[in-house]
Order: sequence, then structure tokens, then C-alpha cells
Amino acid sequence: MKRNNKLNIIAILAFIATLFILNVTLDPYRLRIFNLAGIYVILGLGLNLVNGFTGLFSLGHAGFMAIGAYTGALLTMSPETKEMTFFLEPITPILANIQLPFPIALVAAGLVAGAIGFLIGAPVLRLKDDYLAIATLGFSEIIRIVLTNMQTITNGALGLKGIPGNANIWWIWGVSLAVVVFMVLLIKSSYGKVFKAIREDEIAAEAMGVNIFKHKMMSFVIGCALAGVGGALLGSLIGAINPLLFRFLFTFNVLLIVVLGGMGSITGTVLSAVVVTVMIEYLRVLDIEMNLGFIRIPGVPGLRMVVFSLILLIVILFYQRGIMGSNEITWEKLFDFKNRIAKKITRRKSS
Amino acid sequence: MTFTTFMQHLVNSISLGSLYALIAVGYTMVYGILRLINFAHGEVFMFGSYMAFFAMTTFGMPWYIAFIIAIILTCIFGMLIEKAAYKPLRDAPRISIMISAIAASFLISNLGIVFFGGIPVTFPRPDIFDIRIVIGGVSIISVSLFIPVITAVALVILLYIVNHTKTGTAMRAVSKDYEAARLMGIDVNRIITFTFAIGSSLAAVGGIMWALRFPALIPFMGIMPGLKCFIAAVIGGIGNIKGAVLGGLILGFGEIMIVAFLPELSGYRDAFAFIFLIVILLFKPAGLLGKNIAEKV
Repeated sequence: MKRNNKLNIIAILAFIATLFILNVTLDPYRLRIFNLAGIYVILGLGLNLVNGFTGLFSLGHAGFMAIGAYTGALLTMSPETKEMTFFLEPITPILANIQLPFPIALVAAGLVAGAIGFLIGAPVLRLKDDYLAIATLGFSEIIRIVLTNMQTITNGALGLKGIPGNANIWWIWGVSLAVVVFMVLLIKSSYGKVFKAIREDEIAAEAMGVNIFKHKMMSFVIGCALAGVGGALLGSLIGAINPLLFRFLFTFNVLLIVVLGGMGSITGTVLSAVVVTVMIEYLRVLDIEMNLGFIRIPGVPGLRMVVFSLILLIVILFYQRGIMGSNEITWEKLFDFKNRIAKKITRRKSS
Repeated sequence: MTFTTFMQHLVNSISLGSLYALIAVGYTMVYGILRLINFAHGEVFMFGSYMAFFAMTTFGMPWYIAFIIAIILTCIFGMLIEKAAYKPLRDAPRISIMISAIAASFLISNLGIVFFGGIPVTFPRPDIFDIRIVIGGVSIISVSLFIPVITAVALVILLYIVNHTKTGTAMRAVSKDYEAARLMGIDVNRIITFTFAIGSSLAAVGGIMWALRFPALIPFMGIMPGLKCFIAAVIGGIGNIKGAVLGGLILGFGEIMIVAFLPELSGYRDAFAFIFLIVILLFKPAGLLGKNIAEKV
């Protein structure tokens, strides 16, 4: 255990050093993709906690992200920007002059999304399986419709522009590192064991004296809060948000990450968040026309999403475990792997 | 609000409600047998209206032939979806099947963008559906009268198949107890394929009538009606065909009347279905016509 703690600290320090190097060496475009991957790590872990670890099939992630994004944006925008953005109808006086530091806004985004998650969870978490899925999907749509119609608070369909770009590599990857550590601790704790028990067999868990509803609610609220924080970081990274951004498509992307990484695997989600984000960006070439100088390949709009839905379909049909299944990459496994390779090499040398 | 405008809204809501009902039946039948939300049903509906569009414009067929061909193609399409996306997962956990359904739905609508293009196309409305009739100040376009009639005919045929034929009996048996039906020698896979065929044909009929009523077609057109019709099926009591019809009518009625009576809430029109769904799930989880079944350990 002591060795692992040391290794953990070394790994975190090495990761921070990598961030430092990447921050200097990457061009703005690549840096942005890398940051986006960090946000997807947070979102993916939030959804994986609910879907993968607790076995509640929620499809409402995009709605909670929207709440977080709007909270974060409204709390960090300067009064002048707000006045300029809300040109159709002025913003409510309560929000007009508030401007808070970014970290406080992030926490607030998480808290507001979590609180709304709590309010929604109270009725919805009584439902099971597909009913839960459709009800959370419904709530996410309701949130989007409400955001579109609350002109004086959210600026309606026009959305918010000029959100201060506070979210740099340190904020984004710092938060996602914290979330990873939090998730590892949570899953190892007795709460994590209860979540898994609920996933495996709800009735058996209840018979063992577990308060099912309380733990479901806990997992759901944490998932929503993480979605809120991710949403706030996303808003700050891209600088402009509107209700259309948070359609079901966004939940689909996060779901793809969770399924591809393995339902119930933290390291799997981190890996697949990076892989999927990079793919989302680089497969953009499928949608736009490519000019190779001597030949023109016409882009096919929509082909990129075809590829992603095919990946999800193939993974779920033929390789349901995803990259990691419900396993994790641990130091023990890495050492074991190293030893096995070393043995193979020595065997090959001796023969 | 005068009586004439009320009648106008009533006619609109009945025709919208019948469309919802027709699509909701497809959801409820598949759910009744497989316990699966067929997320791709909205895409089947989209496919149906596009097939009718291409048959009429690209191939220049008369509308009645075009519609029949579209229904047949959509029926085959629905069976193919079942074979490709759902059959391999028959014994998998329910979450996997649902993810597969979501993936299939996204795949089809995006393939739609690739093959049909992302720009809306206008569905040509044959003359017979385009007659404007004025009865006592209420102006009705003839398609609004055709829709409830065609829906009623389709439902009568469907209820006959389900209640009075051998295949229908087998369908009911599979939906009541999957395992027992298999043990009694029912070819469950054949029944499931048949269910998808019927559901998809009804979706095609719904899609064509939808296109006649709202002639702008885009590949994403199936998503919203698809969700709403699933909600209609849940409201009525999922697995229950009459319930789906009732749910569809209530939903159509509610949507139109909310906009008519409370115009300031018109922005929330799409939220109505979802709010109604949540209220129903909380107070009558089995739906209006559904039976409550105790959970067995």
C-alpha cells in the first residue's frame, strides 16, 4: 500500500509536469482539443457513476450540463457584457451586477446542478430501467425548453456570448484530476460498494438493509453536480452557449465515452474520453471537403456521426465490455504486466 | 374564443392525435413483446416518409402506388433493424439493448443526412389531400379528415390481427410470458419479426400522413415525434394497443389546446408531453389503461 501511495504521488507529479510541457508545446487548436478531453473526462465520470456503477440508466446528462454552463456563465460575465448580450430584453436586476471569481462560479455550477438533480431525482428515481431513462431524457428536454423560454435570465434562444475564458489547461485538467481522485476514493469507500450492490441486485441489496433510495439519490446528485461543473468549464472554454448546444446529442457523446471505456471503470472512462474527443475533432475531415492539390474529395456531412453511432453499435453488439469492462488499471496490474514481459524476454534469451 | 375557432382547434388536435396514436401503437407492440424502447421507431417513421417522397418525385409514381411501395419498403426496413441491432442482444442486460437502440436511432438519422441530405425537402401533396373544405366557418384541409379515418381503419385491421388470428394469439402469448410461449412451441423469433413488420408498416402510414400534414422533410424529423409517441404509449399503459391510441389522442389534444388557450405558454408546447409523462409515471406508473403488476423476486 505504501509503495502505491508513493507511485500515486509520483504519477500525479509526472502528470502535472506533462501538463506544463503540453501547455507550452501544443498549438492553440491542439490545446483546445486536449482541454475538451479533460471536460469529457469529468462528464464521462459523472455519467459512469450513475450508469456504470449504480446501474441507473439516466439519459439526462445534457440538461444538467446546461444548468451548470448557464450558472457558471451568468456568475462570471461582467455587468457590461451582460448588458450587451441581453439586447432583446434586459437581464433581471438580481443577476445583472453579480460577478464572482471563476472557482466560486464552478462550485456554484456544481451545487445548482446537484440541487436540481436532487429535485428531479426525488420523483424520478422511484422509476426503473427504461422508465427512468425516458423520464430523465424528458427532464433534460424540459430544462432545455425552460432555458429557451426564460428570456430575462438566459437570453432565450440567442444564448450567452462573451463568457470569460477562464478555463485554461490548469483549471480543466486540475478539476478532472480532482474528480478522478474523488471517484477512486468514492468507489473504494463503503458507499461505492453499496452503489455496486444496487447495480448487481437491487432487491438483494435492500434485503441486506441498504437504504436504496438514499444511495441512488446520492449517486444521481453527484453525477448531476459533475455534469454541472463540466458544463461550466465547457461554457468558459468555448465562450458562447445556447440551449441548442445541449441537445440529446451531447448525452449521446458522453454515453459513447462511458460505454466504449467500459461501464463501471474509471480508468476506462478517462482513456475513452481522450480517444473519443480526439476522434470527434480529427474525423471532422469526413464532413468537410478535402483538397489534396491534385484531387478533391467531397466531404459528406453527417458521415462523422455515422462513424460514431456505428462504433457504439458495434461495441454494444460484439464487445459489450468496452475497453476496460469493469476493470481498472492498477499499479499491481502494471507491475504484473511488466514482470510477465520480463519473464518472456529472459525465456526467449535462454532458449 | 369563439365556437368556430374551438372547432378548428378540435379538428387539428384530432388529426395530430391520430398521427401520434398510429406511431405510438408501434412502440407499444414492440415494448409489449421485447420490453424494449425501440428508439429507432422515429427513424423508421422518417424512412417511410422519405421513401414515399422519392417514389413520387424521383420515380414519378402516382401517389397511391408510391405510398404502397413506401409502406412495403419501410416494413422490410423495420425487420432489418430488428435483425441487426436487437436480435443479437436477446439475452443481454436491458441497458445494453437500450444503448443499442439509441445507437441504431442515431445511425439511421445520420445515414439519412448522408444519403437524403440535410436540407429540408418539400413533400408534394396530391390534389385529393389538398382540398380546402369550409363547414360552418371551420376551414379544414382534406388531409386532416383523411388522417383520423385512415388511422381508424389501420387500427381496426390491427386489432383484428391481434385478437382473432393465430399469429395474433401467439403475439399476445409472447407478450404475456416469453419463456412459457417458447416452451409451448411458439416460434418467438418469427413473432418478434412479425411485430416489427406491423409496427413499421404503421409507422410508415403515420410518416406518410405526417408528411402530407407537415410537408417539410428532414432526416431528424423522426426524433421529436418518436419521443412524444413513446410518451403517448406510456401514458396509455405500455403494451396496451387501445391505451396507446388513447395516449396519442390525449397528447395531440393537450398540445393543440395549450397553445390555443394559453398562447403565452406556446414556447413550452414541446415540454407538455414530458411534463405529462412525469405526472403519469408518478401517480399511475402503469399508465391509464395498464394493469399494475407486482414485482416478483
